[in-house]
Amino acid sequence: MELSPFIIFVAAIFTSNILLTNFLGMCSYLSVSKEIESSFGLGMAVVFVTTITTVLNYFVYHYILIPLDIVYLQYIIYIIVIAAFVQFTEMVIERVSPVLYYTLGIFLPLITVNCAIFGVTLFMVIRKYTFLQTVGYAAGSGIGWMLAILALAGIRAKLKDKYIPAGLQGAGITLIITGIMALAFIGFSGVVVIQ
Amino acid sequence: MSKKDIFVTAAFTENSVWRQILGICSTLAVTNLMKNSLVMGLGVTFVLAFSNFTISMIRQYTPKNVRMMAQTLIIASFVIIVDIFLKAFMPDMSKALGPYVGLIITNCIIMGRAEAFAAKNTPVDSFVDGIGAGVGYTFVLLLISFVRELTGFGTIFGGQVMGDWWTNWSIMVMAPSAFFMLAILIWIINGSKAKAGGK
Repeated sequence: MELSPFIIFVAAIFTSNILLTNFLGMCSYLSVSKEIESSFGLGMAVVFVTTITTVLNYFVYHYILIPLDIVYLQYIIYIIVIAAFVQFTEMVIERVSPVLYYTLGIFLPLITVNCAIFGVTLFMVIRKYTFLQTVGYAAGSGIGWMLAILALAGIRAKLKDKYIPAGLQGAGITLIITGIMALAFIGFSGVVVIQ
Repeated sequence: MSKKDIFVTAAFTENSVWRQILGICSTLAVTNLMKNSLVMGLGVTFVLAFSNFTISMIRQYTPKNVRMMAQTLIIASFVIIVDIFLKAFMPDMSKALGPYVGLIITNCIIMGRAEAFAAKNTPVDSFVDGIGAGVGYTFVLLLISFVRELTGFGTIFGGQVMGDWWTNWSIMVMAPSAFFMLAILIWIINGSKAKAGGK
């Protein structure tokens, strides 16, 4: 575990993209990627929530779960932390910035069930990251997810008036595009490796 | 609806994966080996059946605004049971599945069934529905992993079936093939449905 946080940050965006190599956050990825604008909104929300909740969960794991020896309860605790944080953010944004709430707010409830966020926390625990590595990994994963959904939204916008076989419309073609994107991202895999 | 109808509807006609495109994350992630898929499928089936049952039992007593949270906590408890079971009896499998066991909690199928079925029906019906949805999910997982393991490793359930002449397609072990396989499966099913519908 001697990897520098910056390398982990870059690797989380490109070589170990949370969506394209670990398949996390697929549900909202498939359903929200129709418009670039809403993809951007959701992407920003994911970056924000992933970074903060993963760091929160890092502290929860190291300073609450381990000392109290209740690691077996970890899933419930993480979910509560994520849900509570999302709820809290929603309330704060609503008060402080109605404009931001208007663009970001509608995506926040979707995030609680986004497995990317929960997944990043679990990977962080399993790979035993240090604090700085956790920050790099969480931010990188969020940005990587946003990159993937923006790229897909861009492609789907171009695809709107193209002919697509009936059986492939909707989810089918989206999955194929994602597969091709994943192929392209494999090209990065020689650069840096994290596991 | 009879129990059998509920089961068949949940497992095949309204299959969560190819009809509703739910639970894709784990469908893609664990399907490189059939053994992983089977264990994952059984785990999900267990969680689905019992969380559906429990959620349905308390459906009259849960206030609307905390419903989601209550459901999540119930689901999380069952997932913890699966996780501890795997760690105790199949430590290798637990390592191989890694975080995906915990991710059963955020598997949209379970939340989806809880919302769509268990919140409105009796416990026993919900239990059957849960098992049905789980079986349908496991079926898809095994189908995809069958092709991926056969072409990627030349094996089925870890047993060698392809001879020496076979060259493994390493792409099938990697991430992109999972997307392609699922897309093809959805294509075949929707395509045949469109044809049967006379379109």
